[in-house]
Amino acid sequence: MPRPQPRFPEPDTQPFWEATKNHELKYQVCTACSKVVFFPRRHCNHCGSVETEWRTSKGEGTVYTYSVVRLNRHPAFRDLGAYAVAYIDLDEGFRILSNVIGVADPLMDVKIGMRVRVKWEDQESSISLPLFEPA
Amino acid sequence: MVSQRRDAAIVGIHEYPLRKAPGVTPLQIKAESAARALADAGLSWKDVDGLYDAQDGAGMSGLSLSEYFGFKPNVIDTTAVGGSSYEFQAAHARRAIAAGKCRVALLTYGSTAASGMVHIGTGGREGGGAPSPQGNMTDPWGVTLIANYAMVAHRHMHQYGTTSEQLARISVATRAHAMRNPEAVKAMTDLLFENIREITVDDVLNSRMVADPLHLLECCMVSDGGGAVVIASPEVARDCRQKPVWIIGTGEATKYVENGGDITVSAAVQSAPPAFGEAGVRPDEIDIGMIYDSFSITVMCLLEDLGFCKKGEGGQFVSEDRLHFQSKLKPHINTDGGGLSSNHPGMRGIFLLIEAARQLRGQSTSQVEGAKLAVAHGNGGQLGGTHTGGTIILARD
Ligand SMILES: [Zn+2]
Repeated sequence: MPRPQPRFPEPDTQPFWEATKNHELKYQVCTACSKVVFFPRRHCNHCGSVETEWRTSKGEGTVYTYSVVRLNRHPAFRDLGAYAVAYIDLDEGFRILSNVIGVADPLMDVKIGMRVRVKWEDQESSISLPLFEPA
Repeated sequence: MVSQRRDAAIVGIHEYPLRKAPGVTPLQIKAESAARALADAGLSWKDVDGLYDAQDGAGMSGLSLSEYFGFKPNVIDTTAVGGSSYEFQAAHARRAIAAGKCRVALLTYGSTAASGMVHIGTGGREGGGAPSPQGNMTDPWGVTLIANYAMVAHRHMHQYGTTSEQLARISVATRAHAMRNPEAVKAMTDLLFENIREITVDDVLNSRMVADPLHLLECCMVSDGGGAVVIASPEVARDCRQKPVWIIGTGEATKYVENGGDITVSAAVQSAPPAFGEAGVRPDEIDIGMIYDSFSITVMCLLEDLGFCKKGEGGQFVSEDRLHFQSKLKPHINTDGGGLSSNHPGMRGIFLLIEAARQLRGQSTSQVEGAKLAVAHGNGGQLGGTHTGGTIILARD
């Protein structure tokens, strides 16, 4: 059973997910007030302007916080074993929810403050999921 | 204490006694609770002219609930902000009554989360309903509700050195209160809790990890249940059966994930100052803290954000001789047994008002002698993500 997928039509986040097909991690910057807008949306949540531009993140950041999930009854995660969910602070200044993968033992090897970089997991639905692994 | 406005009071309460109620609907729980809360107040069905509903019973909630109950209210409020909906509604009811728009406001809640096998904490997000930006940026990564709170706990530990032992003290005090409350004991029995007895810090630490660093005994139950609260004008309250419990301060706020934000800080930092300010009291004067205990970490963050102690000092604060109803220091918290050990059908906020009112009437199963002031603080949504904070300060005459 695949993970829950983003669903469309959803105009605010559609450009973000379209870009994942090229393994590009996109975020917005407001052209009026220069602040970073994330999660994606049409307007700037800081000033209300609808003039924003899309930029591509280098995909490098820091684990802000995390938890290791032992129990999730959803079929996509039920048999996964313990896995780490985390908020990642990207160097460009936005915070994304994701998973930290590529560690031997998520219980021991994920730490707040650790450096991570994006690792794409292609989905059957043609989008790709940004996950993070130790940098 | 400074002079406080007496605009509206809680005059009637009812907590639906069962936590496992197969064959009953949320609407039936709401209607039965309404009748019993009105009887508690000495009021009747036809006295209700303000209807408050958190959209837990039926679609077009203000309309369909009016018809189902058989009311023709002059004020309808369908504020639905999760577990704190009832603190928001109590604030709105007080304002509506003060403005003369209604005299008797009724708040009701009904849920069959347990009988319906709703895995609130561990279900993950299914991605039901219409597509949304928030859902699209959350659903794929398998964050359960408990993991969301656990991420707050990890960050709190990281920033302040908070320990699981300190968090466990919240569960220990709450269970002690639950063991004195027959309905809570029945709840734990009916919901098949293991070891229905007072627990120790070690019991909490030895219970299984659900989402690091939160153990099973740091997580609330999933129950059926519901209740009702009647809020009335001073003129009505004067003739009610029970002593009035006055709403003397209110505050409402939201919080969500922000780039660069501090996940350990909740909406309470915004909702508490106006509530305490309006009431003219300080946190250290509060006897009873009915503080939303979805998880141990929720209480820790809320104690700090309500101003009971400084941010980051919650671990030390809960380690002193407080929380328990007989402790030397204030506040005494969640004296009904809380969401951890008595009642959590999904939106616990109404029970915070109900137990606070019991304490100020002198009717709790863990009665704090001479309790005069209470705070009920509801947290709706998810502490580490999008959530609400509703603060209500209550006083007896
Ligand atoms: Zn802007």
